[in-house]
Amino acid sequence: MKMTGAKILMECLIEQGVDTIFGYPGGTILNVYDELYSYGDKVKHVLTSHEQGAAHAADGYARSTGKVGVCFATSGPGATNLVTGIATAHMDSSPVVFISCNVGENLIGKDSFQEVDITGITMPITKCNYLVRDVNKLADVVREAFAIARSGRPGPVFIDILKNVTANKAEFEPLPKEEHFSNGSLKELMQRSSQNFQPPKPDEKDIGTLIDMIKASKKPLLICGGGVVRGRAQEEFTEFAEKIDAPVAITLMGGGGFKGRNPLTTGMVGMHGTKASNMACNECDLMIAVGCRFSDRVALDPESFASQAKIVHIDIDRAEINKNVKTTHHIVGDAKRVLSILNKSITQQHHDEWKEYVFSFPTETEYDEYDNLLTPKQILSAIAELCPQDTIVSTDVGQHQMWAIQHFHFDYPGQLLTSGGFGTMGFGLGAAIGAKVGNPEKTVIHITGDGSFRMNCNELATEEHYDIPVITFIFNNKTLGMVRQWQTLIYDKHYSQTTLTHGPDFVKLAEAYGLKGRRVSTEAALRDAIKDALESGHGYVIDCVIDTDEMVRPMVGGGSHITKFIV
Amino acid sequence: MNEVRRQTLAVLVDNEAGVLSQVSRLFSRKGYNIESLAVGTTDDPLVSRITIEVLGDDDQIKLLSNQLGKLFPVHSIKVLTPEKSIRRELVLFKVRAATGEKRNEIIQIANIFRANIIDVAIGSLTLAMIGDEGKIDAIQKLLEEFEVLELVRTGVVALERGQDTIYDETKEKGEFNYGKNVL
Repeated sequence: MKMTGAKILMECLIEQGVDTIFGYPGGTILNVYDELYSYGDKVKHVLTSHEQGAAHAADGYARSTGKVGVCFATSGPGATNLVTGIATAHMDSSPVVFISCNVGENLIGKDSFQEVDITGITMPITKCNYLVRDVNKLADVVREAFAIARSGRPGPVFIDILKNVTANKAEFEPLPKEEHFSNGSLKELMQRSSQNFQPPKPDEKDIGTLIDMIKASKKPLLICGGGVVRGRAQEEFTEFAEKIDAPVAITLMGGGGFKGRNPLTTGMVGMHGTKASNMACNECDLMIAVGCRFSDRVALDPESFASQAKIVHIDIDRAEINKNVKTTHHIVGDAKRVLSILNKSITQQHHDEWKEYVFSFPTETEYDEYDNLLTPKQILSAIAELCPQDTIVSTDVGQHQMWAIQHFHFDYPGQLLTSGGFGTMGFGLGAAIGAKVGNPEKTVIHITGDGSFRMNCNELATEEHYDIPVITFIFNNKTLGMVRQWQTLIYDKHYSQTTLTHGPDFVKLAEAYGLKGRRVSTEAALRDAIKDALESGHGYVIDCVIDTDEMVRPMVGGGSHITKFIV
Repeated sequence: MNEVRRQTLAVLVDNEAGVLSQVSRLFSRKGYNIESLAVGTTDDPLVSRITIEVLGDDDQIKLLSNQLGKLFPVHSIKVLTPEKSIRRELVLFKVRAATGEKRNEIIQIANIFRANIIDVAIGSLTLAMIGDEGKIDAIQKLLEEFEVLELVRTGVVALERGQDTIYDETKEKGEFNYGKNVL
């Protein structure tokens, strides 16, 4: 049947099972929005305040549900406003398909109104991107884009469609999702690039080598990375850890990949890692890292990082092997599959002495308590106690992010939404909105700082518009806390441009957006506010006053040895 | 052997707009300068072959080719070691030939190097020569005596020796003893 490009696009999205789109309309994408109008019963569209919010929302939706997120934007500034969101999704391997429309064919290359080369701009921050100039290719491109976004190591894909393509007509043959791989251009792509869609089957010899290494090891340590979360391999990972009886250090992105309450957990590893995790890295004789890329926030100094140990890297992405840290052995493959093969062949090991040694170091940090100010731990303990255990936690970037991850015990993949690789301040609110839309039955909270919240607090309007009940906790220290911490420790207390004493009244701001807000500085008031927020069932902002000089502890300086704690 | 040296990568890609920039940007974003680059279509008009030379050690080249493998328009990648490949480059020299005597001298050099004279004018000669890097450097050094007015190189193209091809890495290897480095 002949259809316009806009209708083909909508049909392709339906084919993929898309029922939620985050976006923002504009001149060039009008044909698509006009078509969307008649798909209202099949697809829910969430209009955000800013395209960046839409990008983060689609990302949060993808991370929390495991499905592919979809985001629409118009050409020019609409498309460039997505860039931070795309880069955030790219660094954390989140599957999102971004779709924008560009000016028509007759205007391309003429510096037309709202024209920008967005495929050129997003080239290094997408898994793949497309500029669609021919309506006959549109269906193939959309099918390819979704397959690429969710296969192998997931990631964002960008589709830019010329405006005239959305109006032109072409023949459209509906095709069930399962048959996409055996038809059209995706079939050809599969034939020559299958390793990017189906990770190789782990080699038996490689598995055997690893099992011998495990048997020979007296002091094994496991690292749970973001790959365990993306690959939804928690069950297999837990069985593996319990079978080899090894302590498990969790990276920032690995939060939820291994239960935070499991007695084998040593907590976070790296710059703000626990003493137990970092000491274990330095003293283990075998380190098995699953789905982690040894970023500079984990392997602070790649030369000395676990240099005493044999490092085994299990990852879906071949290009990560030996990229940051030299490894002794590696297995390329999907975490779920590799671990389940390993679990079948490994016998129960025991490492009581080693575990006793590792757990003699603290796995949590104690913070001082004050009379008239809240401490991060008080806030987080109150949240953990009062909110349901499966609450989805979205964070922004900075001190509050580290505190949240240090104190919360995440139970399942997709429970923690945080910008780990890219460190995007302003990620949290959009992501929380996306997560709540994708998981309406779950409580979603947004933990932020006063600095991060000021960046994208405009999305409170979205919360109110669609009545998306996200509870925002602002860790308000009237400063850019993490930068201040560095200035205190490394820059002679020169607090250059980090003071936020003239910020807005967040309670009034919440009220201005039609939401409820409260400022709290005692534990009793905080608990009362949390209860009120949970009962209200609407968006809510709780402004928690904390000390300006509170620090994230422990801390290892960038590029230093992993046990060289400076606080 | 893990020293930094000139390495050659042959890459088959979709013959489409934007693919070359995608490949070349990967090199710059990973911190490598492209020393030589040659692009052209293959026997399949939908597929182009890019030959890239970069400076790097073997580990770095392995990482680079793994990164290249992640680009969807890339079909296949082959690292061509100098020992196992033949490499050629076309170079054009415009040389000053002020007198008939100088012209004769240049023609003699051209004959020795099997370079072709492709243009003659009153004050200059243009030479075309195919060769590998060593040969081109050698003739260039000699021609500089006469003043090189302009020079253009196409970039190195390379093929593996024997019957192995880029199309099939795992194909049974039957080495043929031909393709010695002929001048």
